[in-house]
Amino acid sequence: MSTETLPVYTKKDFQTDQEVRWCPGCGDYAILSAVQSVFPELGIPKEKFVIVSGIGCSSRFPYYMNTYGFHSIHGRAPAVATGVKIAHPELEVWVATGDGDSLSIGGNHTIHMLRRNVGIKVLMFNNRIYGLTKGQYSPTSEIGKKSKSTPFGSADRPFYPLSLALGADATFVARSVDVFQPHLKATVKRAAAHKGSSFIEIMQNCNIFNDGAWESLTEKEVREDHIIAIEHGKPLIFGKNKDKGIRMNGLELEVVQLGNGIAEKDLIVHDEKNHNPAYAFLLSRMDSTPGFPTPIGVLRAVDAPRYEDRIAEQIREVTAKRGKGDLAKLLRQGDTWEVK
Amino acid sequence: MGTITQSPPRKSKKREVLEKAVIRFCGDSGDGIQVTGNQFTNTVALYGNDLATFPDYPAEIRAPKGTLPGVSGFQVHFGSTEIYTPGDAVDALVAMNPAALKMNLTELKKNGILIVNVDNFGAGDLKKAQMASNPLEDHTLDAYRVFPVELMKLTSAALKELGLDAKSVDRCKNFFALGMCYWLYNRPMESTFRWIEDKFKAKPQLIEANKLAMKAGYAYCEATEAFQVSYEIPPAKLAPGLYRNISGNTALALGFVAASQQAGIPLFLGSYPITPASDVLHELSMYKDFGVVTFQAEDEIAAVTSAIGASYAGSLGITTTSGPGMALKTEALGLAVAVELPLVICDIQRGGPSTGLPTKTEQADLLQALYGRNSEAPIPVLAASSPGDCFWVALEASRIALKYMVPVIVLSDGYLANGAEPWRVPQPSELPSIPVHFTTDARGFMPYSRDPKTLARPWAIPGTPGLEHRIGGIEKQDVTGNINYEPLNHEKMCRLRAAKVEAVAQEIPEVVPAGDPSGELLIVGWGSTYGPITAAMKLKRAKGHKIGHVHLRYLNPLPKNLGEVLKRYKKILVPEMNMGQLVMVLRAKYLVDAQGYDKIQGKPFGTSEMAAKIKEVLQ
Repeated sequence: MSTETLPVYTKKDFQTDQEVRWCPGCGDYAILSAVQSVFPELGIPKEKFVIVSGIGCSSRFPYYMNTYGFHSIHGRAPAVATGVKIAHPELEVWVATGDGDSLSIGGNHTIHMLRRNVGIKVLMFNNRIYGLTKGQYSPTSEIGKKSKSTPFGSADRPFYPLSLALGADATFVARSVDVFQPHLKATVKRAAAHKGSSFIEIMQNCNIFNDGAWESLTEKEVREDHIIAIEHGKPLIFGKNKDKGIRMNGLELEVVQLGNGIAEKDLIVHDEKNHNPAYAFLLSRMDSTPGFPTPIGVLRAVDAPRYEDRIAEQIREVTAKRGKGDLAKLLRQGDTWEVK
Repeated sequence: MGTITQSPPRKSKKREVLEKAVIRFCGDSGDGIQVTGNQFTNTVALYGNDLATFPDYPAEIRAPKGTLPGVSGFQVHFGSTEIYTPGDAVDALVAMNPAALKMNLTELKKNGILIVNVDNFGAGDLKKAQMASNPLEDHTLDAYRVFPVELMKLTSAALKELGLDAKSVDRCKNFFALGMCYWLYNRPMESTFRWIEDKFKAKPQLIEANKLAMKAGYAYCEATEAFQVSYEIPPAKLAPGLYRNISGNTALALGFVAASQQAGIPLFLGSYPITPASDVLHELSMYKDFGVVTFQAEDEIAAVTSAIGASYAGSLGITTTSGPGMALKTEALGLAVAVELPLVICDIQRGGPSTGLPTKTEQADLLQALYGRNSEAPIPVLAASSPGDCFWVALEASRIALKYMVPVIVLSDGYLANGAEPWRVPQPSELPSIPVHFTTDARGFMPYSRDPKTLARPWAIPGTPGLEHRIGGIEKQDVTGNINYEPLNHEKMCRLRAAKVEAVAQEIPEVVPAGDPSGELLIVGWGSTYGPITAAMKLKRAKGHKIGHVHLRYLNPLPKNLGEVLKRYKKILVPEMNMGQLVMVLRAKYLVDAQGYDKIQGKPFGTSEMAAKIKEVLQ
C-alpha cells in the first residue's frame, strides 16, 4: 500500500470509547499511551492491526485500542495470533500479555511462537505478580516472595524472561520500562519494524499487589547505576558518572571501573546482530550477579525467515508445480472403477 | 481408471462361486499385515465387490517379535451383495506365526481355510506365543482346512537369483501370502503390481523382488496338490457411478477440501498428532495446491486456538483429534462458542478413559461432545456412519459452521477412520453450495447483531477498513459486543447462543426410519454402528418382525420429528459402543423407555451378536 493514500492518524484514532478498567496508578496506562502514540507513526492502515491477548490485567489491552482485537483465553494468545498471522500474513499482529499469561500457563505457546519466528510482536507486561486474581506470586517473582499464596515466601526460582525468549531462539528480544516513556516508545517502534517474532519485556508496576516491584531499578537516584541502556554499536557503559563499563573476561562478563588503564576500547561494544544468541543470553541475566546493572534496550535483532512466509511460499511452490487444485480430479484420484 | 485384467489361465482345478467371504491376515506388526490387507482390499474393490474392512493393530509400533501383544490383523469382508460390516466369522485366515494363530483362531469358522507360515513354528516361536505344544501337531487345528506353507523358504527360493540380503527377502513373504490369496479368490495382481512399482520406485530391485514373491505365491497354489478349489465372488450390484475405495480419515480430509472449495475460502487445519486422527493431518498436508494450510501445533490447545485465530481471519478453521486431545481443547471450544466464529472440531474416538486403547474403537465421547464444557456452551454435533459418509459429514459440518457462525463437532471413530468401503465419487454438481459473506459495510456495523433467521453474527475479518472491533471470551453485551456483566444480558446471551444451535434444526432433514415405519421395535443408532444394525435388522425383518432403524447423523440439535417417531414403536433399543450415552439423552429428552445395548471392548458390534440382542428384546 502506498503511503500517499494513508490517512494521517493521531493517537486519538487508536483510542476506543471503552472505559479503561485498570486500577488508578497502574503501569498499564503508560504502556497503553506509548503504544497509542507509536501506532499512528508506523505508516500502517489502522484496519491492519490485530491485537490478541490472553487473560490477566494486561490482556484487557485490546479493548482499549481502536484496532481489531481478540481477548482470548489464558495463555493462548500466541497460538490464536499464530493462526491469524498464517491465515493473513499481511496483518500486523500484536500480543499483549503478562508474566503469568505468557510464562506460566502459556509458556509452551510463547516458546514455540518464538522458535518458529512467526511475525508477531509480543508486549509482555512483567509486574512479577498475579494482579487479576489478586496477588499470588508469578513465575517472575523473586525467590522468597511473600504473596497471598506464599505467606511464608515462595520456593520457586524465577524465570529470566529474556533468557527464556533467547533460549527459544527469538530473533528480536528487548526490554523497556513502563515509566521510561521515550525509551518505551522507541523500543515499541523497533519491535514494530522487526520482521519476525518480537519479544519486549516491559517492566511494569502493579501499585496494588506488588507496588515498587522495579523501584530499586527505576528510582531516579539509582537508575543510572542499576540500569544500563544498551544500544547497537555502543560500548556498555553505565553509572551516574558514566564511569563503569562491562567487558568480557573469559566466558564471563565483568563490571569494571573506567580509568586506571581501563578505557572504552576494552569494553564490549553491543552487537544486537550477533547471530549467536549466547552473547545476548549473557546480557539477559547478568543482573543475577550483584553489582551488575539490568539491561534495557534491544538485546538481539537478527534477520531470519518468517514462519508464515515459508508456509505461503510452500503453497505457491506446490501450486506452481502441480497447477491449481482441481476438486473433481482430487475426488477420483487413485484406482477407480465404473459401475454401470 | 483401473482395468480388470483376466486371471492367468489355470489347470483343471475346481472353482466355486460364493456370495461373500471374510478373509483375515494376521502376523507380527512388522510383517506388513496392514499393507497386505490394504492391497487385497483395493484389488477386490477394483473388481467391483462391495466390502468393509477392519484393520486391527497394536498401539506399539514394534512390540517384541513373535509375541501376543505384537499381533496385527486386517480383516476384509467382500461380496456380490451389499456388505455392511467387516464380518463376524472368518472364512480364510492367514497366520504368519504362532502368536497370530493363537490370537485369531477363535474367529475362524469351522472347516475354514487356514494358511499357516510353518517356518515360524520353532520351539522359540511357540514359547513367545505362550504355547505349550505345537498346534500344527497337537490336533488343535483338526476342525479347519489347514494349509501349512513354508513361507520363508518358498519366498527365499523364489528370490534367490536376485542376491538380496536375508532381511529384504524376509520382508517379501507377505506378498507371497498375498499372491496365494489372489489365487484362492481368483483376483488379478495388476493393481498391486502398480502399487509396488510406485512404492519402490527408487529401489528397482525391491519392485522385482515383491512382484516375484507375489507371482510365486500365486503359482504355488496353482501347482501344489494341496489347493484344489478356488473361489469366485462376482461383482456387487452397486448404484451406478464411478467408485473408489476410501477410508474414513481420507474421506474426512477430502470432505474438508471440498468444503473449502465450495465456500471459496482457504482451509486451515491446526492439529497435534494423535492416534487415530493423525492420518487426516497427513492427508491434508498434501493438498497445498488447494491452498490448504496444515499447522502441526505444539499441543492440542494450540491446535484448536490457532484454528480459531485462522477462522477469525477468514479461513475455514478446523482441528482434528481424539478423546484425550478433545479434553485438552475443551476451554477453547467454550471460547469458540463465545466469540461465535466458525470452526469444525473432529473427534476420531478411541477407547478410553485417559490413554485407554489408542488403536481401538469406541463411541464414548458423545456426552463429552454434547456437554463437556464449562457453563452453557451448546455446540452442534454430527456423527459419520460409514467411512465414505465421513466425506459428507465434513462438508455438512463446515456448511453449518459457516452459515451459523458456530463451532461444530464431528464424531468419527477408530473403526471408521481406518476401515474402508467402496465410495461412489460425487460429481461437483452434487456438492452443496456453501455461501460465505464477509461483512464490509461499516454503516451501522455491530459485531453482535444477528441474522434474523440463523441468528449468526456478522463475520468481519481483520483488514476490513472501518470495522475495527473487539471480541473475546468475556461476556458481551447483546448487539454491541461490549464487555457486559449485567444479569439479564448474560441470560439473554446464553439463550441466544442456545437458540442459534437449535436453529440448525430448521433445515436438517426429518428422520425417516429404515425398515418398518412403525411396529415392534425401533433401533436407534449413531456413528459406526450403522453397519451391524443394518445387517442384523435385515436378518430379523426377513423373519417377519416389524423393525425400524433410525441412524442419527445430527446429535445436536436432534431432528425435529424424532420424538414423534420414537413413539411409533413398542420398544426402543439403542446399541452403542459405550455405557449408554445416547440412550440417556433420549430418555431424558423424550421420556421414553429406551433400552441400551452396550459394548465396550474396543471393537465394533458383530452382526450375529446384534441379531441375538434384537431377538432377545423382541421376546
